[in-house]
Amino acid sequence: MAAVKDDVVLEDLLRIDGLIKVFDGSVRAVDNVSLTVAKGEIFALLGSSGCGKSTLLRMLAGFETPTAGRIYLSGKDITDLPPYQRPINMMFQSYALFPHLNVWDNVAFGLRRDGMPKDELAERVESMLKLVQLGKFAKRKPHQLSGGQQQRVALARSLAKRPKLLLLDEPLGALDKKLRESTQLELVNIIEQVGVTCVLVTHDQEEAMTMASRIAVMNEGYFLQIGTPDEIYETPNSRLVADFIGNVNIFEGEVVEDEADHVTVRCPECLHYVGHGITGTPGMAVGVALRPEKIHLSREQPDKPHNWCAGDVADIAYFGAHTTYHLTLVTGMTLKVQQPNLTRHSGQGLTWGDRIYAHWSQDAMVVLTQ
Amino acid sequence: MKHLFGKSWLTMIYVFLYIPIVTLVVYSFNASPLVTVWSAFTLKWYPAVVHDSELVGGLILSLKVALLSGLISIVFGTFTAFALVRYRKFTGRTFLASMANAPLVMPDVIVGLSLLLMLISVQRWTGFPDRGMFTILLGHALVGTAYATVVIMSRLREIDTRLEEAAMDLGCKPFQVFALVTLPLIAPALVSALLLTFTLSFDDVVLSAFLSGPGSTTLPLVIFSRARLGLNPSINAVAAIIIAVVSMVVIASSLYQARAERRRQREVNEAYAQTN
Ligand SMILES: Nc1ncnc2c1ncn2[C@@H]1O[C@H](COP(=O)(O)OP(=O)(O)OP(=O)(O)O)[C@@H](O)[C@H]1O
Ligand SMILES: [Mg+2]
Repeated sequence: MAAVKDDVVLEDLLRIDGLIKVFDGSVRAVDNVSLTVAKGEIFALLGSSGCGKSTLLRMLAGFETPTAGRIYLSGKDITDLPPYQRPINMMFQSYALFPHLNVWDNVAFGLRRDGMPKDELAERVESMLKLVQLGKFAKRKPHQLSGGQQQRVALARSLAKRPKLLLLDEPLGALDKKLRESTQLELVNIIEQVGVTCVLVTHDQEEAMTMASRIAVMNEGYFLQIGTPDEIYETPNSRLVADFIGNVNIFEGEVVEDEADHVTVRCPECLHYVGHGITGTPGMAVGVALRPEKIHLSREQPDKPHNWCAGDVADIAYFGAHTTYHLTLVTGMTLKVQQPNLTRHSGQGLTWGDRIYAHWSQDAMVVLTQ
Repeated sequence: MKHLFGKSWLTMIYVFLYIPIVTLVVYSFNASPLVTVWSAFTLKWYPAVVHDSELVGGLILSLKVALLSGLISIVFGTFTAFALVRYRKFTGRTFLASMANAPLVMPDVIVGLSLLLMLISVQRWTGFPDRGMFTILLGHALVGTAYATVVIMSRLREIDTRLEEAAMDLGCKPFQVFALVTLPLIAPALVSALLLTFTLSFDDVVLSAFLSGPGSTTLPLVIFSRARLGLNPSINAVAAIIIAVVSMVVIASSLYQARAERRRQREVNEAYAQTN
């Protein structure tokens, strides 16, 4: 995981101010979005299909004109610059390699437009191809390359001009699952080696979590939450974010006690004692989010007044590294519980229909007010 | 049984299509000046063609007109197709689209007649143009542009617009995008359009008949007028030469395409073999 280094002074490279894009007079693809991205950061835009990620990225690249709002790069307003004058390069979804040019010419394409001297250009292209380990494929045409190789040519091409900002639209979307996981880390390595600032678009939350130093979760054109991967995962600020990132159980209930260091929430299933304060009032309706891996199972009834409930095993899914149980609670709610398989045959001999007790600590939950 | 029926049906169609052509070629070697009576084998009609200045003049004019109208058609066709495909919204788009398609559906007789009437009145006012190569070219380029537009449009639509965006992203101004990316990618369509419009122009009789003037008779017009006066085997010889040239071009181009496709396939296979 690429973490932001605390010891360097973070300087804003990209600033977006109240950006709006309306298509055809009514479709608000991007709706009043503001954002700053620090130099050297890898920033991910995460959201489901059609939420406006690509549109936002295309406005940064200059292919779409914002309906309102401004874009600043290193403090300079670039909103009205055409794409060919922006020090920004983009790696396209499905790569958009020029089919009539070979690998070398694809990478050299942007440099030639700048009129770079011949030997400097050759040197730069060589080093780019070496960076993505494609030196011996320089003479190949794009159709003679496998998907993973095409992806690396596209990366080399977009890095060749040493852009201030690199935009990646679904960089690994066209690769199969296995290749994707190894490529994620390789891609981050290359990006960090070059030191370029990155804005990346993806609808795959695992990809965003592995690659990005910060993530913006998008929905219907606006940002739900911006934060580091663990902030987004551990302290989601709304039901939508909690639901979108990973697996989660959400209990609906109302606040019965609201103190500075804890809240108690009564739900039909059980009483939650949550070890953090919220801004709310007793009687308020809230959701309590509980991740499946933070729940323990036992055969005996826990002897505490809260943070447990009883359920019947409805489903068992064995994943190798862990096992997921679906418990049916008294209210009919399904509780997902994930247990690590620490030893072989660590399943406690649970089978379908068994009555079991699920319990968790006071720091396992997050109260969602939205 | 069904199989046999299908085969004989196919054979009949081939016979129907090709017997006239074969007969035509065979009779170009006929010593008798009557096209319907076979007497003896001869090659004399071929040199006769070369010395027939009317035929040779017609051929040269036809080639010139066909080549020029082909070139003009693909230039204007490219502009029109580009405007129609790449710019979704502009005033007069529907008008331009239907105007570009009109010559495709309009009968040649109507196009020829209306052009003729227009040219006559223009000439009356300005003294220009006299009917001749220029006016024929005008008519052929008009119809050719419509065909070229259709061919080039279908190719332009297939091109991923992201390629053009990528070029712009890498620093191309719009004109450079066109010259460095769009043009190479539509090149095959330009070649097809050129061949198509060349052929259309080369064998056109109707438009040429309306638009030609004294001293500017295209080859099809020469053949057509001679056919009415009574054929002689020199026409068969001309036809045989044209058939030979066309067949050679067709065979060469399909061989070339097949080879290119095989090479491409082999390269793709090699690439995948190396990565695994
Ligand atoms: N050129 C356009 N004209 C009209 N509407 C558009 C245009 N481009 C995008 N939209 C609309 O804007 C919204 C956001 O589209 P966008 O492509 O940004 O989504 P996305 O988040 O990238 O989705 P995906 O993950 O499927 O790529 C969609 O509702 C889409 O239909
Ligand atoms: Mg998209």
